[in-house]
Amino acid sequence: MIIRGRVWVLGDHINTDVIIPAKYKFRTGDFKELAKHVFEDLDPTLASKISKGDIIIAGRNFGMGSSREHAPRVIKEAGISAIVACSFARIFFRNAINVGLPVIEVKEVNKSFKQGDVAMIDLEKGIVRNETTMIEMKFSPYPDFIMNVMKAGGLAAYRKTHL
Amino acid sequence: MGETIVQKLFRSRLGRAVKPGEIVVVDIDLAYAHDGTGPLAIDAFHELGSNRVHDPSRIRFVIDHASPSPNEGASNLQLKLRGFAKKNSIKIYEVGEGICHQVIPENESLKPGMFIVGADSHTVTLGAFSLFATGIGSTDFAEVMTSGKLWFKVPEAMRITLNGCFKPGVMSKDLILRIIGDVGADGATYMSTEFQGEGVRTLSMASRMTVCNMVVEMGAKNGVFPLDEETMKHVDTSSLKDKSVFKPDEDAEYAMNLSYRLDELEPLVAAPHNVDNVKPVKELEGLEVNQVFIGSCTNGREEDFEIAARILSKKGVKKGVRCIAIPASRRVFLNLLRNGIIDRLVSAGCTVTHSTCGPCLGVHFGILGSGEVAVSTSNRNFKGRMGNPESSIYLASPATAAASAAEGVITDPRKFTGGW
Ligand code: SF4
Repeated sequence: MIIRGRVWVLGDHINTDVIIPAKYKFRTGDFKELAKHVFEDLDPTLASKISKGDIIIAGRNFGMGSSREHAPRVIKEAGISAIVACSFARIFFRNAINVGLPVIEVKEVNKSFKQGDVAMIDLEKGIVRNETTMIEMKFSPYPDFIMNVMKAGGLAAYRKTHL
Repeated sequence: MGETIVQKLFRSRLGRAVKPGEIVVVDIDLAYAHDGTGPLAIDAFHELGSNRVHDPSRIRFVIDHASPSPNEGASNLQLKLRGFAKKNSIKIYEVGEGICHQVIPENESLKPGMFIVGADSHTVTLGAFSLFATGIGSTDFAEVMTSGKLWFKVPEAMRITLNGCFKPGVMSKDLILRIIGDVGADGATYMSTEFQGEGVRTLSMASRMTVCNMVVEMGAKNGVFPLDEETMKHVDTSSLKDKSVFKPDEDAEYAMNLSYRLDELEPLVAAPHNVDNVKPVKELEGLEVNQVFIGSCTNGREEDFEIAARILSKKGVKKGVRCIAIPASRRVFLNLLRNGIIDRLVSAGCTVTHSTCGPCLGVHFGILGSGEVAVSTSNRNFKGRMGNPESSIYLASPATAAASAAEGVITDPRKFTGGW
């Protein structure tokens, strides 16, 4: 599974409240509507600038905070195709896999990307490449079960085809 | 090699020894979701193609976050939760009964060694009762409703040894802030944080809940206290066979060891906008405060309001400061009504309301204005957490919060508790 896209570089400790402020999830369950507010408290203009297929590169502890599965779902709905971060918070990581949003841990990945570079991720081979600078980094690929969940597009879709 | 507490909890559930890193599937004894995460869990349940809840007697819903509903969107999400609960015979705790992490231990029969999951990151609070409790997302919750089981990676563990006892004006909130400040917001990621040492004895169940509540703020998977006399007052041990499960082996391998003397701690705050930005109250004394919130699943129990009332009885809430006090459950509220604490808080100038998450997550009640400063006894001070990204939140103990409400500026509570 190959993913290619333009990158947005974010910092350390991006928390679930800035990914999607709690107030919105108590107004609507419509993800198209919620996606308009993604990262709003970080940068109110970001949601409108993200295009389908873009990739997030981030620092340490991405997704810390609440267990709200709205967080990875809203990021996916906004068009983000994958997140590569130095590390992830536990519940976010698990939720992202369940909803079929590829999340990949690569140490110091944020040092090798600038806003607007193009990234290529090969999930099976475990490679992230900055196609602008041709710097390549490795990660250990997902175990088979998770890879199959990713290929199906999430746990629900996987269940439908494998039960 | 000896075992940590979390390894023992998994062993007693699975009937075999486990190692950190191993993936295991376990039966879940109790799972709860609230009005913030439950509706999405219902969607996920349908997305999974499930149509029958495996065992409704092990599922609970709690309407606590936007409670009572502040708008029609939230009302309709709550209707969805009520409809699903009714159809599937799931017990639901309604508006005003309390915050899930308080209502569940008050009303459900907790047994040491249980496996509990909640669709809320602060489910870790329940580890105070010597059991495994962790937060999960909505799809995982749907999976538990479907099969009654969930997979886990057995975590590594961090041992936190406590000795001595707090000096007046210092509370368990200061302890957990100290730990988070020391290890950082991701310092315990994926780990089981296990509290030991003779200092544990001096902590009430409420104080232990405050500590466990916040272990997730350093990334932990769970927190767990040993089983002792204090725990026994709050759990059902009738079917408990092996108490040794709740003590680690002497040669258990811990990924990290920390140690604290409770008498050496001082009042602390977490300054904006991260929980690990911990500073002594002394350093921030004098900073003007617009709103004080005493409540939440972190610090909304009897002892929290008792100390607040004691401080605020000396000197009421400073004119111009809004002090909101919200008991974590109806039972806490009633207890405080009966022992006169609510009277003292209201007389001192606090705004007291029924139980709700309210100000903690900025959905309704007490939304801050731009540029305003709040002192809150809750657990998160992220940008925008209390509803306005232009405001600042300082997390503190109920003692520090009450002292700051009395003075209108961040204040060391020892100014009031000196002679206690
Ligand atoms: S009080 Fe705050 S932290 Fe606790 S459950 Fe409610 S919203 Fe979450």
